[in-house]
Amino acid sequence: MANSLLSVSGLRAAAEEKEILRGVDLEIGEGETHVLMGPNGAGKSTLAGALMGDPRYTILGGEVSFKGENLLEKSVSQRAGAGLFLSFQNPVEVPGISLENFIRTAIEQGKGEKLRPWVFHKEVKETLAALSMDESYGERDLNVGFSGGEKKKAEILQMLLLKPSLAILDETDSGLDVDAVRTVSRGVEEFRKNEKASLLIITHNAAILSALKVDRVHVLVSGRIVKEGGPELIEEISRDGFSRFEVNEG
Amino acid sequence: MTDEKTQVQDVNRAFYDFRYEDRDSYRIDGLTKEIVQQISEEKNDPEWMREFRLKSLEIFNQTAMPDWGPSIEGLDMDHIATYVRPNAQRMNTRWEDVPDDIRNTFDRLGIPKAERASLAGVGAQYDSEVVYHNIREDVAKLGVVYTDIESALHGEYGDMIHEHFMKLVPPTDHKFAALHGAVWSGGSFVYVPRGVSVEIPLQSYFRLNAAGAGQFEHTLIIVEEGAYLHFIEGCSAPKYNVANLHAGCVELFVAKNATLRYSTIENWSKNMYNLNTKRARVEEGGKVEWISGSFGSHVSYLYPMSVLNGKGARSEFTGVTFAGKGQNLDTGCKVVHNAPDTSSYVNTRSISKDGGISTFRSAVVVNPKAENSKSAVSCQSLMVDDVSRSDTIPAMDVRTSQADIGHEARIGRISDEAVFYLMSRGVSEEEARALIVSGFAENVSKELPLEYAVEMNNLIRIEMKGAIG
Repeated sequence: MANSLLSVSGLRAAAEEKEILRGVDLEIGEGETHVLMGPNGAGKSTLAGALMGDPRYTILGGEVSFKGENLLEKSVSQRAGAGLFLSFQNPVEVPGISLENFIRTAIEQGKGEKLRPWVFHKEVKETLAALSMDESYGERDLNVGFSGGEKKKAEILQMLLLKPSLAILDETDSGLDVDAVRTVSRGVEEFRKNEKASLLIITHNAAILSALKVDRVHVLVSGRIVKEGGPELIEEISRDGFSRFEVNEG
Repeated sequence: MTDEKTQVQDVNRAFYDFRYEDRDSYRIDGLTKEIVQQISEEKNDPEWMREFRLKSLEIFNQTAMPDWGPSIEGLDMDHIATYVRPNAQRMNTRWEDVPDDIRNTFDRLGIPKAERASLAGVGAQYDSEVVYHNIREDVAKLGVVYTDIESALHGEYGDMIHEHFMKLVPPTDHKFAALHGAVWSGGSFVYVPRGVSVEIPLQSYFRLNAAGAGQFEHTLIIVEEGAYLHFIEGCSAPKYNVANLHAGCVELFVAKNATLRYSTIENWSKNMYNLNTKRARVEEGGKVEWISGSFGSHVSYLYPMSVLNGKGARSEFTGVTFAGKGQNLDTGCKVVHNAPDTSSYVNTRSISKDGGISTFRSAVVVNPKAENSKSAVSCQSLMVDDVSRSDTIPAMDVRTSQADIGHEARIGRISDEAVFYLMSRGVSEEEARALIVSGFAENVSKELPLEYAVEMNNLIRIEMKGAIG
């Protein structure tokens, strides 16, 4: 059993006073790849947002420990600094700062380390190359005028450069063309080269998972984890859907 | 060249608030006929200018204070020195000749560095006198004149100045234009001959330094047929606790098919009454481009105006205004379409924070002759918190049916989602908000040369500091 990285127990959270998460338990160890599946409205994005500290969600109860520390009492920036990353489905456009300068600022503030711009620039170039992304990405203003696919590629780039201990990819693969899916997959492979890095992938798409060694699959229905298992669960769900679990839910 | 300024993180308010304790060698308080005569003598004015000053004083005394904008009751004319001369010889063309303490202040503002970085010319005004003036030789060889307006008044361009001085902004325009006409002091004169394109910007940097000092500099720019010029005016004043007044005047003459870009970043101390008047007249096929960043000051009235007098003349105005605690900034622009096929484009952003009031006020007048003219006005306001205010007062006066006029206004707040996104990558809440506000002001910063854009972002960052908690 790997060292525990994230431990969620009995997490309850609400959005606009409606309870969405109704007691979630989840354990993720160092270096593991987990998949979270579930029907629309099950609370998958709420779980991801609640872990990152999205102000739209109110925590009603439960505990979350990350690297042995209470995650819920940290600010969003502190969670990022501690090594948590969440990819956004629709990241905001911020004119006036380039993607590269933004990531550098984020690393410097989040981790409190000073980077040399030219050393960092080299790393950005190498990472862009590894993702088969154009060199000009780094100079473009953060997400400004990016297509849906470009935004998601930029999220993957940020993940690789920020080097979080746990990256949560929330439907990063949905609505993408083949090229963008390839970039995302390649990014995930790159990310996994670090043996200690963990992933929580929220997806509907079994294709993105086929090339990956998945350690654990969690099925979220109506705000609770109703089933856990190995990678074989993915195939089962792509064949049968979630109806079986929803029936159980009553 | 700008290494100490491009590190955006390394900014502190002290960078802009420094001042040296001064030894004013000469100062006059209050405003009487005798004082105006004394100023005129001190300046060695030509006769016509002496008369002009006295006439302006009469108009000033007959004109009521404006009653339609932010309150200027705190302004006590009796206690504002109308003229302050620093301890320097009248003019210096060599940086080495500028006295040490004044030079130190300018060094901290980065002026000689900017010049070394191949900007075409530097004119710096310390209090009321131009203490440093220089223009690069290759620009001068093209016949371009860039000098302080007072010495130009006595030289070969004296008649030209006589012909243009306060013709666009007459002393009868409003009370502070009259005041300007009476006590104006210092400023720049630029003349770009026909067909000459000045490839690198000319810049001037004005500051106020003495307590209770008013500043009344005059800028006169003439760009002849087919010529091009970019002029940059930057202002930064140290903080002081006696009410200060700035009533400058800018007059721009843009001839047929000429283009003049006039960029300003103003950062006045928070006790300043900034009652500035700027106006451009544009002839056939000519174009004026205003880039304007308004920061600081206690109260501002600032509405650069374009008079489009020739067929096909154009005006573009791009502005950003930041009103923080205790500030009431009333800014915008005016355009008068006087000829067919003229066009104007206005794009402004205003930011208010900590109870600051930001008002966008514009007036577009399309006269009957101005057939087939176009005007588009767009203003966006961002309120950083719930206690700040933002108003939009756009006026349109269209007297021809043959015109295409559009206006849009948007008022918004910083979205929680955007702050959450940026914070989720590790930046602090303060940084996230500063990034968003800087991005909002990008319409202006992207039009500025790099070092000015960096400075403007620094100002935003300084203003945003302490916004949280």
